[in-house]
Amino acid sequence: MGVQKSVSRLDAVQKVTGTAKYVEDLILLDALHVKVVHSTIANGTVKGIDCSEALKMPGVVTVLTCFDVPEHLYATAGHPLSLDPNHADIKDKTILSARVRYYGDDIAAVVADTPLRAQLAAETIKVEYEELAPMLTPEVALGGDALHEACPDNELARMDFEISPEGNVSFERKRFSSDAVIAGRDDLKGEQYHVPPVNACHIENNCCFAYMEGRRMVVYSCNQVPHTLRRNVAEAIGMPLGDVRVIKPFMGGGFGNKQDTMYEPLVAFLSRKLGGRCVALVLTREETFVNTRTRHGMDLTTVTVADERGKITKKALRINSNGGAYAAHGHAVAAYAITNCFQTYIASELQLGESSTAYTNLPPAAAMRGYGIPQLAFAMESQMDDVALAHGWDPIEFRKWNMHRDGFCDPFDKFIVRSYGLESCIDKGRELSHWDDKRREYDEFNRSSKDIKKGIGMALFSYKTGVYPIQIENAACRIVMNEDGTAQIQVGATELGQGSDTVLCQIVSEFTTIPENRLTLVSAQDTDIAPYDNGAYASRQTYISGNAAKKTAMILRSKLLEKASLMTGVPADELTLKNEHATVESTGRELCSIADICSYFNFVNDLKTDTEHITAEATFTAKDICFSYGVSYIDLEVDVPLGKVKLKKVYSVHDSGTILNPQLAAGQLHGGIVMGLGYALGEQMLFDQKTGKPLNNNLLDYKLPTAMDVPEIETHFVETYEPSGPFGSKGLAEPPLIPQAPAIRNAILHATGVPIYKLPMNPQNLVHEFIRANLIKS
Amino acid sequence: MMKIINMVVNGKPAELAVEEGESLTDTLRNRLGLTSVKKGCEVGECGACTVLIDGVAKNSCIYLSVWADGHSILTVEGLRTEDCELHPIQKAFVEEAAIQCGFCTPGLVLTGVELVNSGKKFNREELREQISGHLCRCTGYENILNALERVVGKNS
Repeated sequence: MGVQKSVSRLDAVQKVTGTAKYVEDLILLDALHVKVVHSTIANGTVKGIDCSEALKMPGVVTVLTCFDVPEHLYATAGHPLSLDPNHADIKDKTILSARVRYYGDDIAAVVADTPLRAQLAAETIKVEYEELAPMLTPEVALGGDALHEACPDNELARMDFEISPEGNVSFERKRFSSDAVIAGRDDLKGEQYHVPPVNACHIENNCCFAYMEGRRMVVYSCNQVPHTLRRNVAEAIGMPLGDVRVIKPFMGGGFGNKQDTMYEPLVAFLSRKLGGRCVALVLTREETFVNTRTRHGMDLTTVTVADERGKITKKALRINSNGGAYAAHGHAVAAYAITNCFQTYIASELQLGESSTAYTNLPPAAAMRGYGIPQLAFAMESQMDDVALAHGWDPIEFRKWNMHRDGFCDPFDKFIVRSYGLESCIDKGRELSHWDDKRREYDEFNRSSKDIKKGIGMALFSYKTGVYPIQIENAACRIVMNEDGTAQIQVGATELGQGSDTVLCQIVSEFTTIPENRLTLVSAQDTDIAPYDNGAYASRQTYISGNAAKKTAMILRSKLLEKASLMTGVPADELTLKNEHATVESTGRELCSIADICSYFNFVNDLKTDTEHITAEATFTAKDICFSYGVSYIDLEVDVPLGKVKLKKVYSVHDSGTILNPQLAAGQLHGGIVMGLGYALGEQMLFDQKTGKPLNNNLLDYKLPTAMDVPEIETHFVETYEPSGPFGSKGLAEPPLIPQAPAIRNAILHATGVPIYKLPMNPQNLVHEFIRANLIKS
Repeated sequence: MMKIINMVVNGKPAELAVEEGESLTDTLRNRLGLTSVKKGCEVGECGACTVLIDGVAKNSCIYLSVWADGHSILTVEGLRTEDCELHPIQKAFVEEAAIQCGFCTPGLVLTGVELVNSGKKFNREELREQISGHLCRCTGYENILNALERVVGKNS
C-alpha cells in the first residue's frame, strides 16, 4: 500500500469490537477513587473547610484540602519547553487552591474506596468563604481585585502592533479599550463582534489515574501530549522527569481540550501520599464542561476600508479575549487570531492590531480545534461580506482582490508561501455550489417570499500547520525490525481519533515496501518507550511527525540495503527495495527478502560476523511552515418569524497539500464541518451573570449537533504540493471548522439582509435581530 | 443493599449480586469487564452506553441492573458470529471509515444491529432520526450514515 491510498484505520477492528481500551477501562481493580470538591462561588477565598463528617463516612481514606498542598506554582499548557524565559508558559496553578477564581474551582479532594462513597463524602464537606463579586468579562476584571498575585491588573498579556506597507511589524504596548473606535482614531471606527466560550465535548470525559512502582510514578491519562504532561507532572509534584512514566492508551477525542495538564498532578500527589496506591479520577460530564478548558469567548472590533477599485487600504482589529481563571496557554490563542487577520488579507496603507487576554472568573480557556481562528474568521469574514455589500461588489471577487497570493511573505514569521490552492478552492466551491445561479435565483425568490428567505454564503481561511518558529517543532520515530521482516514503529505522536497512526504507518510502508498489515504502530504512548514528540496539536501530526516517520524509514531502507549488499556482494547503490525484497535496480532481480536480511543478521553464527538487531531512529526538526487553505459555501433557508435556520447543503473545498489517505481525510472534513455548524448555530456555555455559576454544563442544555441537525455535506480537495511536508502534505484536522460560522452568517445576510454580529445564531438571538431590523413586527 | 439478579449476557448466563441503585453500565463494566459499554454522560444523553436489552437498544446508564433480572443483554463483545467474523454492521463501519476516536462506536454499532434485526429498510433521513440518540463529535455522522445505508438502506 503506502501513501495516497485509503488504507483502513489500523485500530478500526479494535474499536468496532469494543476491545480498544481507554483510560477508564484500565483503572486497577483495587484503585482508590477521588471526588473533587468544587467551589460554589466564583471569586473569593476559602477561609475554612470542615471535613469532620466526611472523614467518618464509610470507605473514606483521606481528604486533601487546599491548605495541604504544596505552594509552588506550575504551568499546565501542553506546549514544548521554551528555553527562552520570555516565552515560557505561565506558572499560576497549585494542585488545589484556597484562592477561588471560578465557580467550580478545586478546593478539596476526597479519596474513598469507590467513586460513589467519595462523592457522598464530598457532599458533606462544609466550606467557609470570603466572597468577592464575580468578574466575568475583561471589562469588569481589569481594574478589579487581582486574581493572581503576579498579575495585579488582571491583564494577562497584550500584543499590539502596526505592519508597514513593506511588511515590517512594529510592536508598541497599548492600553485596554472596548470602544468601537480603534486606537482613538476616528477613521478606524469598527464593527463589534462577540463570540461566547464553547466546549470541545469529546465524548470521553477527561480522566486519569496514577500509582507508584518503587520510586517511580506511573500516570495514565487521555492526554494529547504525553511527553509534555510528564514534564508538567514532574514539576508539579517535585519528582525527576525520569521517575515519571506517562501512558496514553486509546483516547476518546480531544480537539485541543486534552492538550493541557488537568488532574494528573492531583492523582499523582495523592498516590505518593498514600504510599503509591492507585488513585483514579474520572470527571463527570458536568465537570468536563467546567473543569477542563474552553474555547475563548472574545470581543472583536474590526474595520476594513477599501478604495473604489475594491483594494483594502486600511485594516484594524482589536481582540479582547476572555482567558478565564488560569493562564493555560496565556496570550497565545489571541495572538494566533490577531496575526491571522493580517496574513489572510493585506491592506495597502494601514494595518493595525491590538489584542488583550484577561484573567476573569470564568473556567480557564485554552486550545480548541482552530486555536482562535474560528473566532477571528467569524469577524473577519463577516466584515468582508458587509464591505462588499455596501459597495455592491461580489463578495467572492472582493476577497480575491485582497487575499494573499502564492509567494506571500508572512510579516510575523517571515516564511514564504510555496503551495497555494486558495483561489482554486474558491473557484471549485463556486462551481460545485452553483453560487452564481443561486445568488440570482434566491434574490428573486426573496423579493416575493415574506417568511421564508433563501441564501447562499461563503467564507474562506488560511491556517498555519504547526507553530514553527514560535515554538520548536520536532518529533521522533523509531522502527524496530523483527527477524521475519515485520516491524514495530514507535512514535510519540498521539492518535486521538484523527488517524495519525494509520498515516504514519503508510509513510513507513511507502519507503520500506512492507505492507501496513506487517507493520505494527505502537498506538499507546508510553514515555518509557515512545521517542519524544511534542504531541497532537496545531494539525501537526502528519506534517511534523510524518516527516520524522519519513526520515526514519529512509534510514532504515539504507540500512537494509547495506546489509543486503554485505550478504550478496552486490554494491548497495545498485540495490533498491521492491515487494519487501532487496532488488537489483537495473534488472529487477530479487536478491533476498527483508525477512532474510533481518533473520541473517539477528542469528548469523559464523564466528566472524557481528550480529545486529536492525533498527532506525531519527528526530525531525522543522525549519519551515506553511498555510492550509479552504472555503465553505453554505446553502440555507431562514424561517424569519421562528428565527430558525435550515441548512440545505454545505460544500467544503480544501487545500491541505497532497492527501495521504483520502478516506480518512474526508472524515476529518466531515467532523470539523459539523463542529463548526454547532459553533455557528447552537453552542455556547452560559453562566449566571450575578454568580458566575455555569447554567448548561450538560449535554441536554448544551446544544451539540445530532445527526438530525446535519445537512448534506459535499467535500472536495484541491491538491497542491507543499515542499516542507511529507509527500507534499499540509495540516488538515483543525481547518474545516473555521469557515462554517461566517459562511452561515453570510448566507443569512444574503437571505434576509440582516448582518449578525454575535454567536450562536440560534433562534433566540436571530429573532431579536430580525425584530430590530423590522423583519418581524414586535 | 445487594440483590441477586440473573441475566443472560452475550449468550452466557450470569448470576450476580448488585447494589439496588447500580446502573447496568456499571454492572457490565465493573462486574463483568465488558468495557465496550462507554460512559460519556451517565444521564442518557450521549448514547455511548447503549446495549441491547432483549434486542432493544437502551441507554444502560439510566437502566438499573435490578430491572435487567430475567433479561438478555448484548454488548459488542458478544457480537461476533459463530465463525468469529465481524457482524455486517461492524464490517460496514470499518469499510466506510465510520470510526474515528471510537468512543461512540460500540453504542452506534448496537443501534445498527437493532435496525438490521428489525428487517426494515431506511432512507437517509430515517437513519438520521434512528441514530439521533447517539452523540458523535468526530465524524459529523456522515460516514456512520454511509455505513448504515450499506446494510439497512433503502437500496441495500
